Amino acid sequence: MKIDHAQPLEYSTDQNQLNILGFWIFLGAEIMLFATLFTAYFTLSHRTGSGPTPAEIFEITPVLIETFVLLTSSFTIGLGVHAMRLGRKNAMVTFFGITLLLGLCFLGVEIFEFMTYYHEGATYQTSAFTSALMTTLGTHGAHVTLGFFWGLFIIIQVVKRGLTPQTANKAFIFSLYWHFLDVVWIFIFSFIYLKGMM
Amino acid sequence: MEFFQRFAIPHPSPAIYASMVAIALVSIGIVVGLTYFKKWGYLWREWLTTVDHKKIGIMYLLSALLMLFRGGADAIMMRAQLATPEAKLLDAQHYNEIFTTHGVVMILFMAMPFIFAFMNLIVPLQIGARDVAFPRLNALSFWLFFVGAMLFNISFVIGGSPDAGWTSYFPLAGNDFSTSVGTNYYMLAIQISGIGSLMTGINFCTTILKMRAPGMTLMKMPMFTWSAFIANVIVVFAFPVLTVALIMGTADRLFGANFFTTSNGGMDMLWANFFWVWGHPEVYILILPAFGLYSEIISTFSGRNLYGYKSMVWSMILISLLSFLVWTHHFFTMGQGALTNSIFSITTMAIAVPTGVKIFNWLFTMWKGKIRFTTPMLYSVGFIPLFTIGGVTGVMLAMSAADYQYHNTMFLVAHFHNTIIPGVVFAMLAGLTYYWPKFFGFMLNEKIGKTTFWFIAVGFVLAFFPMYITGLDGQARRMYTYSESTGFGPLNMVSFFGGALMAIAFLLIVYNIWYSFKNSPRDIGSDPWDARSLEWATHTPVPEYNFARLPQISSSQAFWDSKKNGHVLFKGEIEDIHMPNNSGVPFVMSCIFFVAGFSFVFALWVPAVIALIGVFVCMTLRSFEQDHGYHIHAKEVKETEAKYGEVLNNEDRSRATSRV
Amino acid sequence: MLRKKWTFLASMMALVLILSGCEPLLVLDPKGPQAERQASDIMLSIGIMSFIVIVVMVILAVILFKYRASKLPDDYEPPHIEGNHIVEAICVGIPVLIVAYLSFVSVQSNYIVESAPVGYEEQEPLVVYASSSDWKWHFSYPEEGIETVNYLYVPTDRPLEFKLYSYGPITSFWIPQLGGQKYAMADMVTTLHLAADEPGEMLGRNANFSGKGFAENTFNVTAMSQADFDDWVQEVHETAEPLTESEFQELLEPGHLGQMTFTGTHLEFSPAPEHNHDSETTDTEADHSEHSSHDESHTNEETDHSGH
Repeated sequence: MKIDHAQPLEYSTDQNQLNILGFWIFLGAEIMLFATLFTAYFTLSHRTGSGPTPAEIFEITPVLIETFVLLTSSFTIGLGVHAMRLGRKNAMVTFFGITLLLGLCFLGVEIFEFMTYYHEGATYQTSAFTSALMTTLGTHGAHVTLGFFWGLFIIIQVVKRGLTPQTANKAFIFSLYWHFLDVVWIFIFSFIYLKGMM
Repeated sequence: MEFFQRFAIPHPSPAIYASMVAIALVSIGIVVGLTYFKKWGYLWREWLTTVDHKKIGIMYLLSALLMLFRGGADAIMMRAQLATPEAKLLDAQHYNEIFTTHGVVMILFMAMPFIFAFMNLIVPLQIGARDVAFPRLNALSFWLFFVGAMLFNISFVIGGSPDAGWTSYFPLAGNDFSTSVGTNYYMLAIQISGIGSLMTGINFCTTILKMRAPGMTLMKMPMFTWSAFIANVIVVFAFPVLTVALIMGTADRLFGANFFTTSNGGMDMLWANFFWVWGHPEVYILILPAFGLYSEIISTFSGRNLYGYKSMVWSMILISLLSFLVWTHHFFTMGQGALTNSIFSITTMAIAVPTGVKIFNWLFTMWKGKIRFTTPMLYSVGFIPLFTIGGVTGVMLAMSAADYQYHNTMFLVAHFHNTIIPGVVFAMLAGLTYYWPKFFGFMLNEKIGKTTFWFIAVGFVLAFFPMYITGLDGQARRMYTYSESTGFGPLNMVSFFGGALMAIAFLLIVYNIWYSFKNSPRDIGSDPWDARSLEWATHTPVPEYNFARLPQISSSQAFWDSKKNGHVLFKGEIEDIHMPNNSGVPFVMSCIFFVAGFSFVFALWVPAVIALIGVFVCMTLRSFEQDHGYHIHAKEVKETEAKYGEVLNNEDRSRATSRV
Repeated sequence: MLRKKWTFLASMMALVLILSGCEPLLVLDPKGPQAERQASDIMLSIGIMSFIVIVVMVILAVILFKYRASKLPDDYEPPHIEGNHIVEAICVGIPVLIVAYLSFVSVQSNYIVESAPVGYEEQEPLVVYASSSDWKWHFSYPEEGIETVNYLYVPTDRPLEFKLYSYGPITSFWIPQLGGQKYAMADMVTTLHLAADEPGEMLGRNANFSGKGFAENTFNVTAMSQADFDDWVQEVHETAEPLTESEFQELLEPGHLGQMTFTGTHLEFSPAPEHNHDSETTDTEADHSEHSSHDESHTNEETDHSGH
C-alpha cells in the first residue's frame, strides 16, 4: 500500500481517495433520498384526514433542543477532525465521543417527541400527513442511530489501532456523514417545523 | 396449520403445481450434482466469495439469461392466451400475475443485470484498471440483486405473485384491492435488488472517475465506458426515489400508513409520480449502455473510428438530463391540464434530437468503412431501422393530445417493446456474441448466430408491429381476453406467431452456446474481431490481474493505434500487483437480506428483526475487519505472461483463420 | 440479404393493413370534434415520422450496399474521420425543426382537447358524472335526475362535459370514437370535454388496468338527436325505479352488472369528491385556495395553536 505523505492522512493512499470520492457520490444519492421524502411531505402535509394538523402537534421546545444539540455535535466533530489532522489522538477521540453523546441526546429528545405525538393521537396510521412526517423524521433518526454505532466502532478502532491511514480515512468519512445529517436537519427544522408552526 | 396456510397459493393451477415440482427437482438435482462431483468447495472459493469483476460479470450474465427465460415464458403464455378471442388458457387472475411478473422480471431482473454484466466485464478492461474501486461492494451488489430476483421469483410458488402490473399503481396495489402477499413481494424484492443497483452506481462512478489508465482523459474514454458512466450517474440519482417510493408502499401495506390510500388524506397519484420519476430515467439506464455497445461494435466491424465522438458524448449527457424532466408523459391523462401537458410534451420530444444525432453518427461511422456482417454487426444494423421506428412512435406518443388515444393501448405496448427489444435486447445479444470469446476463450458459432438474429428480428416485427394497429383499433393493454366482434383476433394471432419465432430464437442461443462449447476452436488469440479498444489488448481469457503492466493511453482507441500506428501500450517493468481478497460476507449478508425480505413479505416480525440484526452484525464485522488484500509477485506475473506468450505465437496464424 | 428483409417488412405492413383494412380503425374513425383533432394529429405525425424512417432506411441501405467488405478491395483501409461540424449541425438542425413544429401542433391540440369542443363553445354543455367502481360505470345526469349503469345516452350536436371519479382503483374513461381518455380517481374529479357529431352506437371502456374484471369493464354509448334524448329522459322518469342509498352501496360491490336505469342520482347522498383535495371525511381542514371564508377562520385557529 503506497502512502503519500504529502497528503493529509485520510487522503494518503489511493484506496482512501477512492473511498472519499465514493462516499461523496453516496451522499449525492442520499440528497435524492431526502429530497424525495421532502417532496412527499410537502405534497401530503395538508392532507390530514381526520387527524391533527402540523400546527396542532408541533411544539417548539423539543425541536429547538434537538436543533441545538445536533448543530453543536456538528461543531464538535469538526473539532475532532481538526485534532486528527494535528495527530492528537486523545483530543480527537474526546471530540468524537462528545459528538456521539450529543447524537444520543438528540435521539432521546426525538423519541420523547414521537411519544408526545402518539399521546396526542397522531400515530403513523392517522393520516397521510403523519405518515409522511414520521417517515421523514424516522429516516433521519435512523441515519443518526446508525451513525451512532458507526462512530462508536470508529472510536474503538482509533483507540486500539491508533491513527493510521485506514482509521483516519474512516473517521473523516464519518465526519462527512455526520455533517450531512446536520444539513438535512436544518432543512427539516426550517421547512417542516417552522413552516408547519407558522 | 393455520400458520402455514399463508404460504399457500391463492389461485393455484396445474401449471403452478407442475412448476413447484420442477423447481424442487431442479434444486435437488443441483445439490446432488454438486455433492457428487465434489464441487461445493470450488463453487464457494471461485464464485460465491469472488470479488473479481470478471467473475461477477459472468454471474450477472448467467442470471440475466436465466431471467430472460422466465420473462420469456410469461410473454409466450400471454401471447398464446390472446392469440384467439375468448381463449380459456389463462383466467384473468393468472393473466394479471403473468403480465406483472413479465414486466418486473424483464426490466429489473433481466435487462438491468444484463447491462451490469457488461459494465462489470468491460469497463475495468476498457479503462485499463485491475478491478473496480470497491470490489467487495461489487460482490455485495451482485448478491443483493440475485437474492432480490430469487425472492421475487418464489412468489410464484409461495404465497402468490404480484398482480397489479409492473407499475403497481395504488390504490389497486393497496391492501383493499390486492389482498394477497404478491405486492409485498414486489415491494421488498425490488427494494433489495435496488439497493444493489444503487451501490453498483456509486462503485462504477468512482471507478471511472478515478481509476483510468495513465493518459486516458475523460474525452479519450471508449464510448461504452462513457455510456456506462452516464448510466451510473443516473442510477445514483434515480434509484433513491424508487427506494423511498417502495418504503412508502411497504409502509402502506404492512404498517397501515396512509401515503397512497384513498382515505385519511392519502394520494394515489403520488405513487405514479414517484414511480415514473425513477421509471423514466430507468429506461435510459438500460438504453445508454446499449448505445455504448452498438458504438463499439459498429466501429469495430466498419473498420473505422466512431464518427462524431464528441457529439455522441454530449448527446448522452443531454439525454441523461432530459430523462429526469419527462416523467409526467406516462400519465398525460391524469388531468393536470393543458399547460403541464404541453411542457412535458415538449421536453419529451426534445429527447428525439440527441437520439437522432446518435443514429446519424452510427450511420456515418459505417460510411466509407469496410463493413463485415458478423452476428454482432447484424444485430447493430437491424437495430438502426427498428429502433428508429420505436423512437419516432415515441415522438408520436409525446404529442399529449393524441396520447389520450394511445395511452393504455397496445400502441403503447408496441412502442416500448419496439425501443427495448431492438434497443436493449439486440444490444445485449450482440454484446454477448462480441465479448463471448474474450471471457470464455472460444467464439460462438456464426452460422447459428446469424440464424438466431433472423428469427429474432422477424419474430419481433411480427409480434409487435400488429399491436400498433390493434392499439389504434381500441385494444387496451392488460386485457386478458376480448370478444370476437372486436376484430382483434387475426392480428393477435400474428403476434403469437412472432412471439413463437422469438422463443425459438432464444432456444437457438442456448443451443449455440452448447454447440460452440463442443466444437469451436480454442486458439483464437486475444483479438479475434480485429477490434479497437483496450479490452482486446490483454490476453484471452483475461488473467485475474487484467493487465500485467498498466497501459499508456493517447487516444480513444489506444489498442487500434498500437496495432496500426506504432503506439506503445505497455512500457516499463512488471511489478508486484496488489489484489483484493475474496470474501464470503457479501454472499452471507445477502442471504440474510433474503430472509429479512421473506419475513417482511409475510409479516413474520420475529425472524424479520433477527435478520435485520444479522445484517447489522455483518456491517459491524466489516467495520472492524482489517483486509489489505494480497500481492501477486512480479515473478508469478512473468510466469503467467510467459504461458500466454506461447499462445501468442499461434495468434497470427489463428487471427487469419478466425477473422470474418 | 437486408433488402430482402425490407421487402419482407413492406409486405408485412401491407398484409397487416389488408387484414385490418376492411373496417377503419376506431381511433381513426372519429365521430366527434375532439376525436377528429386527435385523429388528424395522429395522421400528421405518422406522415412525418414515416418520412424520417424512410430517410434513415435509405441512407442505411445505401451505406450497407456500398461499403460492405465483400465489395471493397482487400487493401482498402477506411479513413479516420473525426466528424464534421456542418454535417452534425444538419443532423441536429433538421430534427430540431421537426420537433419544434410537432411541439407547436401538440401545444395547440392540448388547449383544444382540454376546452369545450370547437364549434360548440356557445352551447350549454350536458354534464354527466361518470364514476367507476369494480368493474362497472355509473353515469349520473344531475340535470335530468337520471342514473344509468354501464350504458350512456348522449345527445348529438351538444357539448358533453364528463366529470370523472372512481370508487376504487384508478380507471380511465375512454370512448375512442368521441375522443381520448382521461383518468377517474378516488380523491379528485377530472373533466373530459367531448361532443358527438352524428347519431350511432359506440364502444366505451375503462382503459386503465383495475384488477380481475378489467377486460369486461366496458359500456355502450348511444348518440341520438336532442329530441330523441329528451324522449328517453321522459321515458326513464315514467318507468324507472328511484335509486336509494342502500341500493347504490350494493351496486358498488365488486362484480359485473348488466345495464341498469334509475331515477335520481347517487350524487345526492354520495357526492363527487370535487374541490376537496383532503379526504371525504374532513371538512374542517378544507383546501386553502378554494374556500377563502374557511381559510380565514382557519388562520385564526392556527395562530392560536402556534401561541402555545
